[in-house]
Amino acid sequence: MIRRISVACLCIVVLAFLLMPDMFRPVLQPLVAEGMPPIYDRANLLMLTLAHLGLVVAAIIPSAILAVSLAIFVSRPAGSEFLPLSRALTNFGQTFPPVAVLALTVPLLGFGLWPTLLALFLYGLLPIFENTLAAFVTLSPSVREAAAAMGMTPRQRLWRVELPLALPLILEGGRIATIIALSTATIGSTVAARSLGEVIIAGLNSNNLAFILQGGILTAALALLISEVFSFVIRRLQYTQQAR
Amino acid sequence: MLDRLSVVLAVPIGVGMWLPLLGLRANRIAPPQPFSTADVFGFWPPFLILLVPIGLIFIRHPLIRTVLSMAGLIAVLISVGQGAVQLSSNAASFARVSPAVGAWITTAGFALLLLDALTRLRPGPMLRLGLLSCAILLTSLLMIGGAWDRISIMQEYGNRSTLFWTEGQRHLVLAFGSFVAALLAGIPLGIACHRIRNLRAPVIDLLTMIQTIPSIALFGMLILPLGWLAQNVDFAKALGISGIGTAPAMIALFLYALLPVVGNTAAGLDTVSSHVIEAADGTGFSRWGRLWKIELPLAMPVILTGARIVLVQNIGLATVCALIGAGGFGSFVFQGLGQTAPDLILLGALPTVALAFAASTIFGALIDLSKRGSDD
Repeated sequence: MIRRISVACLCIVVLAFLLMPDMFRPVLQPLVAEGMPPIYDRANLLMLTLAHLGLVVAAIIPSAILAVSLAIFVSRPAGSEFLPLSRALTNFGQTFPPVAVLALTVPLLGFGLWPTLLALFLYGLLPIFENTLAAFVTLSPSVREAAAAMGMTPRQRLWRVELPLALPLILEGGRIATIIALSTATIGSTVAARSLGEVIIAGLNSNNLAFILQGGILTAALALLISEVFSFVIRRLQYTQQAR
Repeated sequence: MLDRLSVVLAVPIGVGMWLPLLGLRANRIAPPQPFSTADVFGFWPPFLILLVPIGLIFIRHPLIRTVLSMAGLIAVLISVGQGAVQLSSNAASFARVSPAVGAWITTAGFALLLLDALTRLRPGPMLRLGLLSCAILLTSLLMIGGAWDRISIMQEYGNRSTLFWTEGQRHLVLAFGSFVAALLAGIPLGIACHRIRNLRAPVIDLLTMIQTIPSIALFGMLILPLGWLAQNVDFAKALGISGIGTAPAMIALFLYALLPVVGNTAAGLDTVSSHVIEAADGTGFSRWGRLWKIELPLAMPVILTGARIVLVQNIGLATVCALIGAGGFGSFVFQGLGQTAPDLILLGALPTVALAFAASTIFGALIDLSKRGSDD
């Protein structure tokens, strides 16, 4: 209960800040030197937040589709030869720092939106793939046998039995991927992608703590809120599955 | 039966062999002129290299696959270096030769084949450590021998070799310093979280919240308070604490590192079964004796898993520290981004990735060894 109330409060504060940033001027004023703006004024904060979220959504959705399909493929008999390599690759891929992924995509794609999108997309694949694979591999054989005994075709079995049962774990992977992407998107601003990172970097460059705080806290708040939404959906799914 | 993975990987390797291997640029920023392996060496060398993945389609034995794919990888790496020597011998002195798309594709293809062969080989922890040392030794020998000296990344290195090692040292100090600090603080905190039920939820919630703050923002948030500290407290200044540079970077890395350490220590101690604890109490262990001799050793694999996550994460995040003047390999990455110089970006990014990979492999082996120890 306390959790829900604090999430609701956080949500209201974030919305208030985005819609009426001037209301917060007195709070941020003491943090900046005389004559410096306490509220980011080079772009609309709401638009930057939407651009930030758009970047993450545009990267994570294709990433989730590809990762889930790949995980389903390697967990079928037809793809079993690719299973050891794909596991090793996920382990290896996670040792790649997000900044390095971002930096390595710039020589390929130039500056701006695209390298950031590609880096977020690649980095999102790993947790989703790992969790989907874990869900499919740990699915008890008796469930599969029962579905087969009921006369379901492999396709029906996948869509009606296996995917719904795996969904909570897949969403958990999506949650991790989204949080990482939200944070990495701020670094995207060093290669000129539009995101809340722009506010933080402007703050770092002009020694403006208020900018750094509003960019950082907004990103963190978005991550917390989105993580709560994922956790809520996952809990509901698990609850209905147990009720059945 | 055919090995389908090799079929799938032989295609990009085959295509990559005929794509440009190297790009020759008249100077550092001129557009590259492409050369394929066949342009440089003639028809036979790429054909011979291509025989490797084709052969692998029919060979299942994991050891032979490992040796063959390793040979293929080394052949590609050496041909990149030798090709660069040949191309630059006919060009002006400030011409640059850099690996082109074909080199990246074939290297990645052979690396994937090797990774797959190694996974199928299921090497034990000691063998993995041995293989890692061999790889490090081989790479160093090739570098000292000058196999890649004419490649532009190595030329960027040659221009700033002293700086490279200074920055490397700073990178290691940042990553390992905060790692050790996080272990020293995080393991006791994890033990406390395990023993005191009411402490756990708030501590874990707080640490999770810290993790959601983007790294550049957390660095920034630490700059001003530390700067104030340095200006107003003589003791802090004497310690060398200042607003920008190592101090905020170190503290931020430390804060990020706490969650995996604390969480895994508490979770590892949870896995010790109540029977074991009862048996230990029955044998007359004190509370601390039980913790040191029984609980911590049994929880060690899970704690080490947390340590591995932290070290890999710290090596990566230390790159971002360059943005606040703390140095490290990140300074090359961000300079390279600033000057649109891909070679300089690679000079910072490649060692970071290699370091993270080595740390992860070493810790993976340690985890397996500690599991083996607790099975006995």
